Amino acid sequence: MLRSLLIALLLTPLAAAAAGGGQKLDRANIDTRDAISIQRGAQVFVNYCLNCHSAEYMRYNRLTDLGLTEDQIRDNLMFVSDRVGDTMQIAMRAGDARQWFGVAPPDLSVVARSRGADWLYTYMRTFYRDSSGTTGWNNLAFPNAGMPHVLWELQGIQRLETTVEERAGHKVESRRLVLEKPGTMTSAEYDRLVRDLVNYLVYMGEPARTQRVQIGIAVLFALSILLVLTWLLKREYWRDVH
Amino acid sequence: MTRMTALLSWIDERFPLTSTWKQHLSEYYAPKNFNFWYFFGSLALLVLVIQIVTGIFLTMHYKPDAEQAFASVEYIMRDVSWGWAIRYIHSTGASMFFVVVYLHMFRALIYGSYRKPRELLWILGVLIYLCLMAEAFFGYLLPWGQMSYWGAQVIVNLFAAIPLIGPDLAVWIRGDYVVSDATLNRFFAFHVIAIPLVLLALVAAHLVALHEVGSNNPDGVEIKKKKDASGRPLDGIPFHPYYTVKDLVGVVVFLMVFTVIVFFAPEMGGYFLEHNNFIPADPLKTPEHIAPVWYFTPYYSILRAVPPFLGSQFPGVLAMGLAVIVLFFMPWLDRGAVKSIRYRGAIYKTALTLFVASFLLLGYLGTEPTTVWGQFGGWLGGAERATVAARIGTIVYFAFFLLMPWYTRIDKTRPEPERVTC
Repeated sequence: MLRSLLIALLLTPLAAAAAGGGQKLDRANIDTRDAISIQRGAQVFVNYCLNCHSAEYMRYNRLTDLGLTEDQIRDNLMFVSDRVGDTMQIAMRAGDARQWFGVAPPDLSVVARSRGADWLYTYMRTFYRDSSGTTGWNNLAFPNAGMPHVLWELQGIQRLETTVEERAGHKVESRRLVLEKPGTMTSAEYDRLVRDLVNYLVYMGEPARTQRVQIGIAVLFALSILLVLTWLLKREYWRDVH
Repeated sequence: MTRMTALLSWIDERFPLTSTWKQHLSEYYAPKNFNFWYFFGSLALLVLVIQIVTGIFLTMHYKPDAEQAFASVEYIMRDVSWGWAIRYIHSTGASMFFVVVYLHMFRALIYGSYRKPRELLWILGVLIYLCLMAEAFFGYLLPWGQMSYWGAQVIVNLFAAIPLIGPDLAVWIRGDYVVSDATLNRFFAFHVIAIPLVLLALVAAHLVALHEVGSNNPDGVEIKKKKDASGRPLDGIPFHPYYTVKDLVGVVVFLMVFTVIVFFAPEMGGYFLEHNNFIPADPLKTPEHIAPVWYFTPYYSILRAVPPFLGSQFPGVLAMGLAVIVLFFMPWLDRGAVKSIRYRGAIYKTALTLFVASFLLLGYLGTEPTTVWGQFGGWLGGAERATVAARIGTIVYFAFFLLMPWYTRIDKTRPEPERVTC
């Protein structure tokens, strides 16, 4: 019943304009140069995500990019593997996962590159209670997602509220999430936590990103000098062409 | 110095080094009035070299194996020294190759560079373009992401639409009943050796043909008609050093654009590297919207625009094929009295503008689902607006070529000048 309601909601003009599961995406506004935020995000990631989701292309010692030492990484961020050069694997087997969740939780190494920061930010903030689903949770950005709300103790429990209004002869449906039971964090604190997590996921999607931008500036600088030189050379040669 | 001269003459007695240098560079006379549009030939050559060099380094780390391909690309991006740069240069190079080649072909259209005596030069160019499309198609499967996989699936299935031989042909191309490890392996072979060999041979032939007939120019006049006493074209200048130093400026400007993309926007908002291609290929999960990379989208639109006939997609496939094949006939379709757009009349200018507009429209529509603009209401009964637009675009595309013998003949042209204008 609720599923058909959601499908009907998807067809409302407002929702049709948005991407993804029909939900208008909130801006994540992450700052990829903020290493402290990425460090906090890494902490959230290894604590909450890395039990079911792997990041099998990401090596723990790559986190030294963020200004951490290998000892800090070992002491604070590593629970599963013992070698700091290992990639972020998990113990859960894909077969078990499929049985428990219906799908195997995807590897998250490059999830920020396929989904985008805004989608992830919206997704992690729009879980709501839905008893009709298998996990007891549903999500606005990803309707009928296989994942339960792992961070509910922090965010609290949200409920979907749908209202139908008559506006200029048209029925306008609007839906919003209402916090039913507060969690241990305020909404601002929770948003910051998700922003940190998304920042980390974006970093993990492409760890070379910061380096790439810096090198790009240097390359452009070198090329602009070369441009002046080649242009002067061309002008000198072309003096005798009329 | 005398030692160098001695060495050079030793070589020249055994290999035509000096004469080749003269024939193709220092005594190859190019018109002196080349403009902006004449940078793209040498730039295409530059991109070819970039692709070959970065491609060699990528093959050192890439694994053409369905189990390992996706992971090996991420390995290149993370663990190989400068791997991310090499990969981005290669992926950006693929798109920029098409940018440069499309501009190079547009140059030929506006200045009539395909006209007599350059018919073979043009045909070799179209063959290069075909090879480039094949090269891009085979290469796109290699990262083994969702778009790689389903894009290849869709394109191979086009061959399956050919009557009688189609289904067997598709199996023969894939080496399996679906795109699989066997397909990945053979596409790798095509991408890294078979097509590049043909491409290099064609590029060499393209250059030889160019230097035989000589370059066209923005005025479309033949500089060889007016020569001085020593037999040099009056309006020609030696390619080296004049155009080598001029092209060098173009190269640096191009590399700056290239750098901005590689280092600041390698995905180009999902147009150069599609977002869904960061999801590993999954044969059991068809993506909602399969879009080819931007350089194929005009043809993809034509494919989608043509309605199926008796339940077969073959008419669309045929139209798509013909949209490229028709290029071969350009030299004979154009009956205009002059080559360059500078001396053509309003009819040709209008036709060309409409053609470019339709190509861009088709290109845009190919990146979007057909439902992008919604549907017509009322008497048009819910037809998709984008499909109707793509049909109009397709008709304009073909009309540009098929009506060319007629409209170029009746077009009011102005006489060409005797000599090139500056």
